[in-house]
Amino acid sequence: MSSLARTPILRQRRLANGLFQSICAVSAVVAMTILGYILWFLLRQGLEYFKPTLFIRLPDNVNPALGGIKHSIIGSAGILFIALGISLPVGILSGIYQAEARGKLSQSVRFLTDVLNGIPSIVIGLFVYAIWILPYALKHPGQGYSGLAGGAALGIMMIPLVMRTTDEMLQLVPQSLWDASLALGTPRWRTMLLIILPAARNGIVTGVMLALARVAGETAPLLFTVLGNEFEGPFTGPIDALPLRLYKYATSADPVQNSIAWSTALTLILMILTLSVIARLITRSGKK
Amino acid sequence: MNLPGGTIHGAGDRYNWRDSAYVSAITIASMVLMALVLAIGSALLWQSLPAIRTLGLGFITSHEWDDAAGKYGSAAFLSGTLYSSLLAILVSVPISICSAIFLAEIAPKWIRLPVTFIIELLAAIPSVVYGLWGIFVLIPLLRDKVMTPALASPSITKIPIVKSLFTGAGYGPSMLAAGLLLAIMITPFITAICRDILNAIPSMQRDAAAGMGCTQSETILKVVLPSAAPGLIGAVMLGFGRAFGETMAVTMVIGNMTPNTPDGKSLGLFDPGYTIASAMANKFTEATPGIATAALIELGLVLFVTSMLINFAARSLVKVAMRRLG
Repeated sequence: MSSLARTPILRQRRLANGLFQSICAVSAVVAMTILGYILWFLLRQGLEYFKPTLFIRLPDNVNPALGGIKHSIIGSAGILFIALGISLPVGILSGIYQAEARGKLSQSVRFLTDVLNGIPSIVIGLFVYAIWILPYALKHPGQGYSGLAGGAALGIMMIPLVMRTTDEMLQLVPQSLWDASLALGTPRWRTMLLIILPAARNGIVTGVMLALARVAGETAPLLFTVLGNEFEGPFTGPIDALPLRLYKYATSADPVQNSIAWSTALTLILMILTLSVIARLITRSGKK
Repeated sequence: MNLPGGTIHGAGDRYNWRDSAYVSAITIASMVLMALVLAIGSALLWQSLPAIRTLGLGFITSHEWDDAAGKYGSAAFLSGTLYSSLLAILVSVPISICSAIFLAEIAPKWIRLPVTFIIELLAAIPSVVYGLWGIFVLIPLLRDKVMTPALASPSITKIPIVKSLFTGAGYGPSMLAAGLLLAIMITPFITAICRDILNAIPSMQRDAAAGMGCTQSETILKVVLPSAAPGLIGAVMLGFGRAFGETMAVTMVIGNMTPNTPDGKSLGLFDPGYTIASAMANKFTEATPGIATAALIELGLVLFVTSMLINFAARSLVKVAMRRLG
């Protein structure tokens, strides 16, 4: 071996190997550093206005520093709640269909779901605008924007995610459980409702939480649907949401509002993180 | 209905109507999902008809978008979208693929888990937050450290291709900022998919190559990567699709302005520009119902069709690759 190691060709190969490994390691480090830098900045800048008044006050036009983003938090929560109401029935039922029926049709539904998942979020927002808000606005100029429409847009975005996770979790339930239940003469719907769904429940809840976390930060679909405003309003009219507030303050000329934008970003990220952590805790408790 | 097992429980016919109700419910839900994709396409088509009728092909070929003059040409947005997405892919792909190779092949086990967690975390950061960082960190950095020195240096203006790229207004918001920010955003996404594909390659292939005396780099470059290639290309295309339709982060850093050149076109990285999505987000507030809104919805239609095509191709590639690997 020692004599081989001295041959130039082997030395060259080893050098190439070392070089390749270092290039790969360096790119991983570079990627991590940039991304870590973003998170660090978010924390550093976001903490300045991250205090109780931020969560219990409305925007203050006279003195922005005293204002808060209470209505945006309420708006975001409401929109997500509506999105949940829209995506759960369709997503879970079509996920069950995927697990029950394995044919050409279910494959094409699955493929279309993947495609739907890849459609830019702004297009989904524009779709809701085109079928809901624009027809209304033509009759009542300047109206039509509502929290409901925003919830619908985010709900449409969640459907493929919920479907995917339901399908995957149902596939994980052992076949013997289905067989045992059906062999006892239990009808198919009862097998699903009382045996299979409870067994997959934790996984599905986790997936739904992660789907919520993913759409919680969506801004583009909300631009065309809920519009945003400066006060608390009913969900049948324009309301505000955290990502919209963040966008507005980030592009504002007022440095105080810029700082509040960082705190809004921190709030949004914490909200998303909380959802993901809850999701993981649910999975863990299911395993015990 | 080809349910596995079929109707094995003949025990009670009284159950049957409930079972068929159950089957109908799940089938209808799936049809709703399919109809949704069709509905998105047809709704956008329906509401953009006024624009399509009036503008015809000029919508795609013309460069001029002027609400006041009633001119709506989206060629500049289309080229801006392509330019910024290609830039993002160019920067992101080498880093993403190398990072994926590192995570799947080279890194020791104890590094993989935390890094994977961080990547998942970063993929969850909303684009508007990336945009915020872009406005207050990336843009000042690029302006002070890249654009100003590059524009001031006389040597750059002598290199043929570089000279037409490294020019422009140079005041911050620019194609360069948009491309780099997009690259940062899609890197975790592409890395995650590439890592999954590399992990799916049977370890037997690696063992066989190592058994023949290949070094690790030879194993990866000559054995692993060739069999992973279709999947990796698919992953890159999915990343491209992401960058193509990304709205908020781009809107916040691209400037949303026509470059200040005689014909309004520019290849300069330091010049501002538009993408389809950023133009939609930006011009929406000014658009009045009528042809202006219809033209904006037609932009959405263009984005819908192109991203469908990109995703369709990418998903097919990934699917083929995964099937071949078993």
